[in-house]
Amino acid sequence: MGVEGIGASVVRKEDRRFITGKGRYVDDIKLQGMTHAHFVRSPHAHAKVKGIDSSAAMKMPGVVGVLIGQQIVDDKVGNLICGWAISSKDGSPMKMGAWPAMAPETVRFVGQAVAVVIAETKNQAKDAAEAVVVDYEELQAVPDIRAAIKPGAPQLHPEAPGNVVYDWHIGDEAAVKGAFSKAANVVTLELTNNRLVPNAMEPRAAIAEYNEAEEHYTLYTTSQNPHVARLVLSAFYNIAPEHKLRVIAPDVGGGFGSKIYIYPEEMVALWASKKVRRPVKWTGDRTEAFLTDHHGRDHISKAEMAFDKDNRILGLRVKTHANFGAYMSLFSSAVPTYLYATLLSGQYVIPAIYAEVMGVYTNTTPVDAYRGAGRPEASYLVERMMETAARQLKVDPAELRRKNFVTQFPYQTPVIMAYDIGDFGASLDAAMKAIDYAGFAARKAKAKSEGKLRGLGFSCYIEACGIAPSKAVGSLGAGVGLWESAEVRVNPVGTIEILTGSHSHGQGHETTFAQLISERLGVPISQVQIIHGDTDKVQFGMGTYGSRSLAVGGTAIIKAMEKVEAKAKKIAAHALEASENDIVIENGEFKVTGTDKSIALPMVALAAYTAHNLPDGMEPGLKETAFYDPTNFTFPAGAYICELEVDPGTGKTSFVNFVAADDFGRLINPMIVEGQVHGGLAQGIGQALLEAAVYDSNGQPVTASFMDYAMPRADDLPSFKLSHTTTLCPGNPLGVKGCGEAGAIGASAAVINAITDAIGNNKLEMPATPNRVWHAIHG
Amino acid sequence: MTVNGQPQSHDVEPRTLLVQFIREHLLLTGTHVGCDTSQCGACVVHIDGRAVKSCTMLAGQAAGSSVTTIEGISKGDELHPMQAAFRDNHGLQCGYCTPGMIMSAIDIVHRYGGKLDEATVRHELEGNICRCTGYHNIVKSVLDAAGRMKVSQAAE
Repeated sequence: MGVEGIGASVVRKEDRRFITGKGRYVDDIKLQGMTHAHFVRSPHAHAKVKGIDSSAAMKMPGVVGVLIGQQIVDDKVGNLICGWAISSKDGSPMKMGAWPAMAPETVRFVGQAVAVVIAETKNQAKDAAEAVVVDYEELQAVPDIRAAIKPGAPQLHPEAPGNVVYDWHIGDEAAVKGAFSKAANVVTLELTNNRLVPNAMEPRAAIAEYNEAEEHYTLYTTSQNPHVARLVLSAFYNIAPEHKLRVIAPDVGGGFGSKIYIYPEEMVALWASKKVRRPVKWTGDRTEAFLTDHHGRDHISKAEMAFDKDNRILGLRVKTHANFGAYMSLFSSAVPTYLYATLLSGQYVIPAIYAEVMGVYTNTTPVDAYRGAGRPEASYLVERMMETAARQLKVDPAELRRKNFVTQFPYQTPVIMAYDIGDFGASLDAAMKAIDYAGFAARKAKAKSEGKLRGLGFSCYIEACGIAPSKAVGSLGAGVGLWESAEVRVNPVGTIEILTGSHSHGQGHETTFAQLISERLGVPISQVQIIHGDTDKVQFGMGTYGSRSLAVGGTAIIKAMEKVEAKAKKIAAHALEASENDIVIENGEFKVTGTDKSIALPMVALAAYTAHNLPDGMEPGLKETAFYDPTNFTFPAGAYICELEVDPGTGKTSFVNFVAADDFGRLINPMIVEGQVHGGLAQGIGQALLEAAVYDSNGQPVTASFMDYAMPRADDLPSFKLSHTTTLCPGNPLGVKGCGEAGAIGASAAVINAITDAIGNNKLEMPATPNRVWHAIHG
Repeated sequence: MTVNGQPQSHDVEPRTLLVQFIREHLLLTGTHVGCDTSQCGACVVHIDGRAVKSCTMLAGQAAGSSVTTIEGISKGDELHPMQAAFRDNHGLQCGYCTPGMIMSAIDIVHRYGGKLDEATVRHELEGNICRCTGYHNIVKSVLDAAGRMKVSQAAE
């Protein structure tokens, strides 16, 4: 490895602009003649819109226009789509309720937009929005999954009788029945996976500009995947053909899934910019983020696991109800199905699995992928089940896991996934050593003597990243391919530009991707520029989510690099009058092996562009493109152990130690990888102890600000002890797996397992607030 | 008022918040807005040397004060030790909370000097929310910078 190549913890290239206040986020951008939008949003969870009177608002100072839902329908802007078709057990397609960008007739969650005010300033738009009079006829709302599927419940969509989106299943029901009939022991568990609000620190924002002469739109937006945004805005929402729409996602302040989707505000800003013939800017505030950023999780599940007399798992049966909120968001349908139920085998050999998932509409904000997306829900269920089973079977939780680990690879689970490689025992060993498992009993006894309840909880997670291949996901209902593209441009002076379809919004691509080039060509990373987030610059890409950027996007860069190298070697061989097969690349030099003859990369690049002396028939230039479609998912896995103390007098939990041993395959920049794990752990711990999106029985959100929704703060969290074990992913040339979501997937079960161990009572739901823990202890 | 040492005098609507004045009138967009309830700390600036959430006061209330934003703490190309510590310890990811974090952290170090420990840093950062880092490397950065700032003060 070079000093800046693979495996080097180099500091990030992008940091200088962020630490000096020179980042450029959407809200930092001002365009000439720009107007400001403010949305009029429903205060009701379910209501008919009987009429909208905007006459007073139109007379307010600075108002440029007031636009309402019926106008966007009349202009044939398409309804919002869900891009993954899932069918029910009976073969019927999922039931899609119509979702216009602003509601013309019916609102189905608090915060749904019914109108927008465009004004010269943000304050003028806000003031005028107050003056828009909307006549609502309130309808009975149903925010809760259980209530929504009861007979006689209020109905959200005529298209979805009983509020059911789909009733889906996976696995072999008969095989599971057989497994349970042979069981020596059956362990059952009911649990709730609490609804979370992603809360990227940068609120969503959009600026739309329409160029009348060119009939061309530009959209600046807080997106994780600007090309997908352009595709959807063009093909489904009829905003403009793709060549007449440029989407730019500049610096984006965190995403965690919530900025994958194309939201009504972006559609309205584009549509309105043509209507008012001025650029339109919308920047959400935090309350709008709570009301309208798509939420995560929100499952209730019942699970049963069958064991033989030797404590080997025979089968797993799961029934899950997933809350989708009021409408089906872009990838929502896939989350509790192909991203959840396919991971229910965990790290274990489970011969038979059967899972049923019912998706349900409720009068709440739509729910979609949030960091981990289905995999945290699966991991939480499996890992709480393993801990519960160990206690019921009276065996050591580590040993029960070890006995049932998958140890032979590749391993085909009964629920689609084929694990390519892993060493689950190695991660568990590393974590147990890091936490000093052997000394735990003594520490627990000492804590008891001091009046504290000490507990230890395991979580051995597995996840699937870099969702692929396109053909397979297409056969399962996906509306898009899940490959990635890259272009490697070597400039005539030897500097390098990488154009990637991945998008960085905190992940550090500008550094990690540059390290890939540094490794191959021996150039310093300062000579490499990563270009992303602009559909006019990068030809196409699928964006960043599902921990895919390095495994899929990075591999596309390597593939393009290989083409560049092959051509550069030909040029170098020609210049050095040597055989192409004798050229090796070392430290930025193309050398003839076994001789002292060499030519530096800039001279090769210059030769490619001057084209004065190229091999016969060779095209000038040094620039190559690759599209890479993986052959399989990647499977990061690891073991997390949490040790904590509970104060029985207050129910308060205090961390003693939190260790994580992850296997992400090869690490390109260990410093960045560890940062990703820290952040994921914080979100997993936040879910376990603090966070929950709460609605009252009328569908009013109770937690719509940072005053009410408990975000993890610095003093809520411990410092983390991380370690890595390594099995190289065989599916890509880098051997990488993905690290962005692991912490959020594995952490919550470790925390709850530790608390339930401490208090000796398994009846505890997330978030385990002091109040809940106290009641679990004292009844 | 002065902002980063430059005198500034503007007519603004009375309701203009200091953060709006800084971002929209002075175009210093390094100071961010992450919430509307003075919880997140993305908007922290220094007023007469003390960390203040610039969304909690009106621009008019800052008249006559000396305001320093994230853009005003480095000396030319030389980063403030806190900025350098955040970079060297990977104390940032998406960068959105970072300016407020750095401004709060400088104030913490000024108030505690060399007596900072991890628990104090975590407690003092309660008013700054980060969703990316899990705070682990932010805490490391602040402790590292505390040492660097002592050294740079000694050098001056």
